[in-house]
Amino acid sequence: MILKPRLEDIKIIGYYLGKIILGLGLTMLIPIIIGLAFGEINPVLDFLISIEITLIFGLILIKLCFTEKELNWMQGMIVVSLSWLAAMLLGAIPLYLSGHWKSYLDACFDAMSGFATTGLALVQDLDHLSYTHNLWRHLIMFIGGQGIVIVALSFFVRGASGAFRMYVGEARDEKILPNVIHTARFIWLVSIVYLILGTLSLGIVAILNGMKPISAFFHGACVFMAAFDTGGFAPQSQNILYYHSLPFEIITIIIMILGAINFKLHYHIWMGNRREIFKNIETKTLFITILITFCITAFGLAQIGSYPKAILLFRKGFYQLVSGHTGTGYMTIYARQFINEWNHLALVGVICAMALGGAACSTTGAIKMLRIGIIFKALKEDIKRIILPERAVVVQKFHHIKEIFVEDKQVRSALLITLAYLVLYGLGAIIGMLFGYPFINSLFESTSAAANVGLSCGITEVNMPAALKFTYIFQMWAGRLEFMSVFTLIGFFIAAIKGRR
Amino acid sequence: MMKNLGFWIVILIFGFWILNFNCYAQSISSTELINNAKVYDGKVVAYEGEVIGDIMVRGEYAWINVNDGQNAIGIWMDKNLAKDISYAGSYKSKGDWLEITGIFQRACLQHGGDLDIHAQAIRKVRPGRQIIERLNISKRNLVFVLLGVLCLVWILKQLKLR
Repeated sequence: MILKPRLEDIKIIGYYLGKIILGLGLTMLIPIIIGLAFGEINPVLDFLISIEITLIFGLILIKLCFTEKELNWMQGMIVVSLSWLAAMLLGAIPLYLSGHWKSYLDACFDAMSGFATTGLALVQDLDHLSYTHNLWRHLIMFIGGQGIVIVALSFFVRGASGAFRMYVGEARDEKILPNVIHTARFIWLVSIVYLILGTLSLGIVAILNGMKPISAFFHGACVFMAAFDTGGFAPQSQNILYYHSLPFEIITIIIMILGAINFKLHYHIWMGNRREIFKNIETKTLFITILITFCITAFGLAQIGSYPKAILLFRKGFYQLVSGHTGTGYMTIYARQFINEWNHLALVGVICAMALGGAACSTTGAIKMLRIGIIFKALKEDIKRIILPERAVVVQKFHHIKEIFVEDKQVRSALLITLAYLVLYGLGAIIGMLFGYPFINSLFESTSAAANVGLSCGITEVNMPAALKFTYIFQMWAGRLEFMSVFTLIGFFIAAIKGRR
Repeated sequence: MMKNLGFWIVILIFGFWILNFNCYAQSISSTELINNAKVYDGKVVAYEGEVIGDIMVRGEYAWINVNDGQNAIGIWMDKNLAKDISYAGSYKSKGDWLEITGIFQRACLQHGGDLDIHAQAIRKVRPGRQIIERLNISKRNLVFVLLGVLCLVWILKQLKLR
């Protein structure tokens, strides 16, 4: 029997949602400061309007739903899934007001793409977008990459148990430090330190490449935020191709890989335990899968002679592949070149890389390395059981910060999430095909959206059907939250309609 | 009469020869170039668009990016050619509109496989200009109205909490 949610449930959800919306509103102060610094009057007005609307919504929710009760698991999950939808709707307001998005739906698409660190974009005339709006596009990636709830956890939420429930709902089931709020703050510390280092290195390279200092450091900061949070937005329409620079590409590869690493691993590296990189199941799996998928891609590219020299094949193939595998979506080729100049085998290599993703508790989406590693270990265990005598005791271990025995519960959970992702990739591909796009194109774009990557083969453009835009928004949202919060929200609505009092 | 005809035949043959000499005199759009990159690879093309972003001088050469309204393509040129560019497109300026004649590269050997054009000549079709930003009055008014609402909600919230 399904029970109808009580008014108390709705009040608790509304109260915490209001707090998160307030947190989101305050982040809009950053583009306002930048806008004032650059003397961009109308963009500042866009953000003043947006911050006011956001704060009004947040305050109304807090006022109407005021409670001192803590969240339970169900409420925590629902707060998270609704927070992401609220962030999309409110974060899209300044984008839409800029006039660079054809419709509010397009602005919502880009806002969700930003928060979910995907990188698919429908922005028009990006090359004339203000610094203020451009910073916001990248800032939402930075906020989304850390987790919208992490922002609120770090500054607004006091109760530790409620905080942990929201933290888990945002697809982060690993605590780095015993206290979840300290964990959230550590994630911010790591990100801010890397932000300073990344911005400096990219900015200096950009200056050496001939860019003006202000522009160079602005680009450096934006590209860092999108690369480290495995997002994929760039300040110019050509994406990374704009810079025509090998050093810039190399630095972005390093940042993308750093973003794809588990924050827990970052913590251990920071604490001096550098050997963990070589022992950890996630880094080992990431290395192996990059190698395998790159071999597939490179073989495909070599088959049709897309690039006249091996070094060019490596530079183009490896960049798009690492970008896809880490879930970033930075491109040094044009979207249509994937279809026109890459064969199906090369595309399959990239699709597989996108589908696998980076590490758990990182800023990436997709299936993730820990699950792939666990599934592989379980498979190895089963094969051993078949080969070895029946009396033999077969156990499998993996190293993830410490030695862990493979248990059925972990394998089941890993397989379920993997299955959910595969269904999501397939569903988007089928919907794409229903609109007349070829199979490989549809699968590529669908995987890119659901795995929060952002590589595009050209389907994502302003004139694509609205239903497909909704599909990709749903995929980006569900993929980023790893389903549980989304399923809980769906269950909550079903209970509200069909449940008994 | 026959002499005249012979002259025109020579002109016609010469014209066809010029056309076949890997050259596309009329401007080609970026979409056309990207979608048919193999066709235009290594050929002299004419491409038109607005200079956007930064002019990046690299030694004796420079990179500019030119957007024709569909896509932007990187142009590699002698830095002296880039000196003629007065405005590059951004939020605060409309960039110079250039016509570039140069060799189109699908996967440039010199530049790590980039799709680019190595300019031989550029012509400024339209000069760029500064964009003067005017205050949007309706947006300003909305800011004040919403500020009033926000203050009201804030006061109500404080009352309730007390």
